[in-house]
Amino acid sequence: MSDSTHITDASGQSTGETGHGSPWRRDTLLRYTASDRTNHWMTAIAFVLAALSGLAMFHPALFGLSGLFGGGPWTRILHPFIGLFMVGAFAFLAVRFWHHNLMQPADWKWLRQYRDVITNREDRLPEVGRYNAGQKLLYWAIVVCLAVLLLTGIVIWRAYFSFYFSIRVVRLAAVLHSFCAFALITSIIVHIYAAIWVKGSVHAMTRGTVTPGWAWKHHRAWFREMIHAANSRSRSD
Amino acid sequence: MALQSLDIIRRSATTLPEPQVRTGTGDVTVAKLIDTTKCIGCKACQVACMEWNDLRDEIGTNVGAYQNPHDLTPSSWTLMRFAEVENTQGDLEWLIRKDGCMHCADPGCLKACPAPGAIVQYANGIVDFHEENCIGCGYCIAGCPFDVPRVSKKDHKAYKCTLCSDRVAVGLEPACIKSCPTGALVFGTKEDMKLHAAERVEDLKSRGFENAGLYDPPGVGGTHVMYVLHHADQPHLYSDLPDEPHISHTVRLWKGVTKPLALAAMAFTAVAGFFHYIRVGPNETDEGDEARAAQETAKTRSVAEKRP
Repeated sequence: MSDSTHITDASGQSTGETGHGSPWRRDTLLRYTASDRTNHWMTAIAFVLAALSGLAMFHPALFGLSGLFGGGPWTRILHPFIGLFMVGAFAFLAVRFWHHNLMQPADWKWLRQYRDVITNREDRLPEVGRYNAGQKLLYWAIVVCLAVLLLTGIVIWRAYFSFYFSIRVVRLAAVLHSFCAFALITSIIVHIYAAIWVKGSVHAMTRGTVTPGWAWKHHRAWFREMIHAANSRSRSD
Repeated sequence: MALQSLDIIRRSATTLPEPQVRTGTGDVTVAKLIDTTKCIGCKACQVACMEWNDLRDEIGTNVGAYQNPHDLTPSSWTLMRFAEVENTQGDLEWLIRKDGCMHCADPGCLKACPAPGAIVQYANGIVDFHEENCIGCGYCIAGCPFDVPRVSKKDHKAYKCTLCSDRVAVGLEPACIKSCPTGALVFGTKEDMKLHAAERVEDLKSRGFENAGLYDPPGVGGTHVMYVLHHADQPHLYSDLPDEPHISHTVRLWKGVTKPLALAAMAFTAVAGFFHYIRVGPNETDEGDEARAAQETAKTRSVAEKRP
């Protein structure tokens, strides 16, 4: 779990359980465990496939994307199953991370200072814990969007479910499905950009670790929690 | 079906106009006129439709009503709907309506369809499904104001009345028209059908049906299948024929201007990110941050170690 963060000190001596002599863990904080990363990327891959197949049916200009899935009918067949997989994968991710994503009073202040956020003036912002307010809002946006996408997706799933619903309900579901897909895709574009923008984030989600300086700069409250936890662990050894 | 020699004026899920040079034929559109006041409910039209289109529906169950099958299906493209209505004088009126695709001038199915060329509209007004392009999503069902298209469980393709586009293309009238024994079904240019309907309405009015009229609903731009109704003021009496059919606002919202707007917003978000990177640049961690982190780590450890 994400709570099992470990730290090694500058001398390379392990103060947590994951020393193992691995050079990748020297002077680093473990931000995402192998399970966290696997879960994240399973969700991410499913999202990309669901988005591409969904966009093929969303706008005529993008119908060509259906070629990636073996044509129109295959796109129609696969899309809902990919969607179900994504919802399932994200459900685990949501459970792993939900307690880190509860909005705190400082988060609203952080959001109000969005100008400092986008101009890289983090020094002016309130201290951030494991996640900043933007990440938390993304989390809740995904939770809400995926919940609505799941429910409305079932209603418009012609092969198995649509005939249980009135045409009026199907129409409404189709609009909501499109809207939430739009909101989700836009949010994920922001998410992907943020990962490119804040250097070290991609490493965190691909290799699991961040440098202490990264944690100190972007997630100082979390950084302090981690070093205190590491100290109390080493003291109890 | 796609074997056709008719000019296409509209195609589903296509953002550019169809070939427009041969517009001379576009002025003359066809229509089927269904005179409910002459219909005796013999179902010859249903049989003719089955025969011409090689359709054989499953044998259903008899529930003691004339209507058979109970609803339109992927294999039953037309259906006599029987409504028993008590009029204001307390008399029974048996209102029989041949149901099927209305061939709207503004087709909701075509608007909703995401598959390029799966639904087309010919210059003569016929709206046709090209099943080889159909992906089976069923959006046409949500788009239709008349609840007509049906998706087959066998091949997951959508089907409905073609107005015998294959026959009309070679100068024949639709199969159902051929079979009607009372002349309740007639076929011709839409103008002629309107004239014919006007005569019928006049006749009906002289016989005491003062609300008789033509059903050619303007909400869908008019239709290429029209009804003469004894009670044109109350179309719903005829097995829920919509009083004022139109493409649902929900469908318009779903398929209208919001679609390009949403696409533009997504593209804008990505482009905005790119230019943010170009103008502001990445948010990087430098040596100073690492040093301050190391300092704080050391300080915290020494405080912790001094504690008893």
